[in-house]
Amino acid sequence: MPGTRGPVPVPLETQNRNLTQDILDLLDTKETLQTNEDFPAIPQAEIKAALDRLASRSMVEYKSINSDKVVLTSESEGIVENGSHEFKVWKAVKEAGKVSIKELPTIVGAQTASVGMGNGYKNKWIKKDGDSIVLLVTEEPKDTTREMLQGIQETQSVSDAKLLAELKKKKLATVTKVITYTVTKGPKYSKEMPVEHTDLTAEMLTSGAWETANFKPYNFAALGANQNAGALHPLNKVRQEFRNIFFSQGFVEMPTGHFVDTGFWNFDALFVPQQHPARDMQDTFFVSDPPKADKPRLDPANEATMDRMESGSKRLFATVESEKREKKPRDFEKYWNDVKKVHQEGAFGSIGYRYQYQEDESLRLVLRTHTTAVSTWALHRLAEDPRPARYFSIDRVFRNETVDATHLAEFHQIEGVIADFGLTLGGLQRFLEDFFRNMGIENLRFKPAYNPYTEPSMEIFGFHKGLKRWLEIGNSGMFRPEMLEPMGLPRDMRVYGFGLSLERPTMMKYGVSNIRELLGHKVDLNWIREQPAVRFDKD
Amino acid sequence: MPTIAVDKAALYKELGQEYTTEEFDELCFEFGIELDEDTSQSTKPEDQAQPAQLKIEIPANRYDMLCFEGIAMNLKVFLEKQKLPKWTVTAPKNSKMQVLNIKVETAQIRPLCSGVILRNIEFTQERYDSFIALQDKLHANLARQRTLVSIGTHDLDTIKGPFSYEALPPEQIEFVPLNQTKKMNGKELMEFYDKDKHLGRFLHIIRDSPVYPVIYDANRTVLSLPPIINGDHSKITLKTKNVFVEITALDKTKVEIVCQMLVAMFAGYAEAIEAIHINSPHNNETRQSPDLSPREMQAEVDYLNQVTGLDLSPEDISKLLSKMGHDVTPSSADKNILDVSVPITRADILHQADIMEDYAIAYGFNKLPRVYPNKTAAVSAPLPINKLADIIRVESAASGWTEVLPLILCSHEENFEWLNRKDDGKTAIKLANPKTAEYQLVRTSLLPGLLKTINSNKHHSVPMKIFEVSDVGFIDMEQERKSRNERHFAAAIMGKTSGFEQVHGLLDRLMLMLRSLFLTREDGLKNDKLEGYWIEEVDDPTFLQGHAAAIKLNLGGKNHTIGVFGILHPSVLQKFELPYPVSTVEFNLEVFM
Repeated sequence: MPGTRGPVPVPLETQNRNLTQDILDLLDTKETLQTNEDFPAIPQAEIKAALDRLASRSMVEYKSINSDKVVLTSESEGIVENGSHEFKVWKAVKEAGKVSIKELPTIVGAQTASVGMGNGYKNKWIKKDGDSIVLLVTEEPKDTTREMLQGIQETQSVSDAKLLAELKKKKLATVTKVITYTVTKGPKYSKEMPVEHTDLTAEMLTSGAWETANFKPYNFAALGANQNAGALHPLNKVRQEFRNIFFSQGFVEMPTGHFVDTGFWNFDALFVPQQHPARDMQDTFFVSDPPKADKPRLDPANEATMDRMESGSKRLFATVESEKREKKPRDFEKYWNDVKKVHQEGAFGSIGYRYQYQEDESLRLVLRTHTTAVSTWALHRLAEDPRPARYFSIDRVFRNETVDATHLAEFHQIEGVIADFGLTLGGLQRFLEDFFRNMGIENLRFKPAYNPYTEPSMEIFGFHKGLKRWLEIGNSGMFRPEMLEPMGLPRDMRVYGFGLSLERPTMMKYGVSNIRELLGHKVDLNWIREQPAVRFDKD
Repeated sequence: MPTIAVDKAALYKELGQEYTTEEFDELCFEFGIELDEDTSQSTKPEDQAQPAQLKIEIPANRYDMLCFEGIAMNLKVFLEKQKLPKWTVTAPKNSKMQVLNIKVETAQIRPLCSGVILRNIEFTQERYDSFIALQDKLHANLARQRTLVSIGTHDLDTIKGPFSYEALPPEQIEFVPLNQTKKMNGKELMEFYDKDKHLGRFLHIIRDSPVYPVIYDANRTVLSLPPIINGDHSKITLKTKNVFVEITALDKTKVEIVCQMLVAMFAGYAEAIEAIHINSPHNNETRQSPDLSPREMQAEVDYLNQVTGLDLSPEDISKLLSKMGHDVTPSSADKNILDVSVPITRADILHQADIMEDYAIAYGFNKLPRVYPNKTAAVSAPLPINKLADIIRVESAASGWTEVLPLILCSHEENFEWLNRKDDGKTAIKLANPKTAEYQLVRTSLLPGLLKTINSNKHHSVPMKIFEVSDVGFIDMEQERKSRNERHFAAAIMGKTSGFEQVHGLLDRLMLMLRSLFLTREDGLKNDKLEGYWIEEVDDPTFLQGHAAAIKLNLGGKNHTIGVFGILHPSVLQKFELPYPVSTVEFNLEVFM
């Protein structure tokens, strides 16, 4: 009972008897107890519980004795009750004078007939007479089999090992292990169970009773009380660790508060051609309602949020020149047209993809397939006043995937963007080395890769110390001029982009092999509660 | 990304060198392709029964590496074992150039056609198989499942030019399709292939059009019915010597790329690449095909060196770029300019940024100087709504509730009917093409996810106390994207008793943490300026009648209804298959911003 404090007696009630008290009572009259003799009806486990209870208080001492017990089977118990098979056959023949072999089973039963007949011949009690059996011994013979089994039933033992083996083979007896106990008084023996205190209480402190109190021994092998604790989700714990890395590097978190984006922001502005496979129905969730987006335009709420977040940087780094620098307001119409042009005809030093660009395709609504759509928005905003900037986001993205152990229709994308003048590809490698070192991954290798909006594109491989192999841990690159220049960013401003899923490193960290055990409604609540804190620097 | 299987022994023979799996993997890694599998290391019986293959993943824009020939050629060039070939067309020896006339009707369905002839080609079984497989790969990738481009190849010696590309009603087109014996018209053909596993999926491209594209020879023999199937008459075999390739398309750029790729990959087995004359006056597409001239462009030395962080001379850069197939000469006019001839194989080169990447690959990505220019000082900032959400998350967990992360997408009935809510058609963002009914819309409430989480955790002891802080989505016609997210908080408790006072207590606790005072309803209504919250009974079919309360908030001089809490209606429990009473609370966090 939770909350029970103070002295409580410790009886062990079993089958309406107080077994611990019975043991104490009996020890008062007898120096040594044998549990199998003194408490034959009590199961061994209960005896042991009572003895442990007493022994832990030094009231008794006990030794356990392991021994074998021979137990009759139901067949041999039947023999003890009604006589052996051969005796039953003899009796049947005696009563009838003569019994046909064919009919014998219907009289005595099949088993008795077959076993009893053989033993009867062997004992020379009966003999065959044509198709029938007649008596050889007319006086009632001595049923030795029955007597032998009777003896075993009383002693529960068989001294002749050969006989025991034969009985076991004939399935007339089995052997079981039994544990019995020899019990004697312990140093603190008394006739009564003492009153014990389970805990130190305020009353005991006040009364001073604690000084003489008899405390119940504490079980140091058990766990403490369940805390009924709340818990944060492991995926969000890892997310927080990533956010901390970004914050330590001066990144500003981008406003990712819209699951729905347009073909324009999600693809076109990123120089993803309109016939790219990623824009297939197989890969992207299209929105049926609402039906169609507006053309890109200012987004006052998110502008204000960004201004607020960047105000710290502005205050700290403002110079006379930067204050004088004029903001170049964004021209959304020009942006729209330049994006179209760079796809359709080529522009900004690019020959473009040279296909018929559909404006309707730009206005289609999709569930964003990556948060890079938001980075695009932030970079376009940066073109108003091109300056070094670092942005990141960690939020949900959607893919129209067939769900399996490593794919869900939703997951979290971690994305970082660094804009600056004169950036080099090796600089991105250096930055990523530092970024991943914070997660305990060292020795990065970079593989050339293809991505429509970055050039160069690099897949990031890290050596996993636990798995002892190279794993792809993320993607990175420098955004293409075809993406940046239509925004109005200057030619010499270069932008790093890199991304990874939040789920992958979390699965590695917590040893999860199925993504459905990590994200979604099927995740086990106990699992959520039991996952340790994330310490990238420690494990 | 396409994966191409090539014969290991044949490839190493071409490369003139044996590799261990690790060595070849390393070579692929440096070049930017990926060795997926070396089947000689496989334990599968079907792999062991065959000569060892290398399965190589190719980046989606490298159409010139979609077959054995392309992979071998590009790697040899990269390893400097050969220069990239130069492809040129030659005039026919004894006859006039073949002619293809394009009729104006084709504009209705598939307006473009291109072609080429490969003379005296020598097929072996391997080459023939590779030729067919390349067409399949191009159809699947660049051609977007034949919608944009499709290829037909024919034994030129079985047909006679001039050829004619037309568009006719399906009933008027009659021929024996490839590997069939029965003649059929266009309409019958659609029915015949309707259930075909391979071709059935392409039929939709033309099926409902009043006219079908078709190519005839001078004797009105049908060459092909693009983009579905060729005629049996002109099929190519191992013995074919002269191959006529026709390529029909919707996209002008891609039709040329496909033609160039076929030529570049297989001209090596032929004696000559012969051009054809295409007559297409109605759309100004009259020309000779193919155009095999390299594309001339320029790249700036400064740019290449600055972005890679290298400092190599124009000559050294040129040498490295030739490993990637480019023919580069430093410009005589300007020391900072390189004149680059981009070969027909490199359709992926759009901008000097692509040249710069090739420069970095040829130099070695992993040998680049890893120097981070320490120029940027920055001040970090969390997104305000995330900061607020984190406060709520931490306080909820500290109050003994467990955070869960269900999915954003759910079914219509989970979001509406099961909660006894009605869809007014103006609220929820709906999806056009979900693969399963589980994902029909963007949730407008966090409750479905919480209740599904409890349902999957029925083995767990009660009371179960869970919460989520995350976004829901709404249609919002004022926005550019016609929708917006809203950050919500929600919690649910399931136990032997309703838990109503538990969700109420959690609400009070969170309001305390948000500096929101508990007001009486009268005080709150009387004075908008008095900041704080109160609750009032509300009739909401999601909840048991008399056991639901609206959460009212005075903030910033305005009164808001931010959410609702209560004991779920037993019919809701039944729908979500929950055995015990459940109470929930949900409110909008955005008002606290």
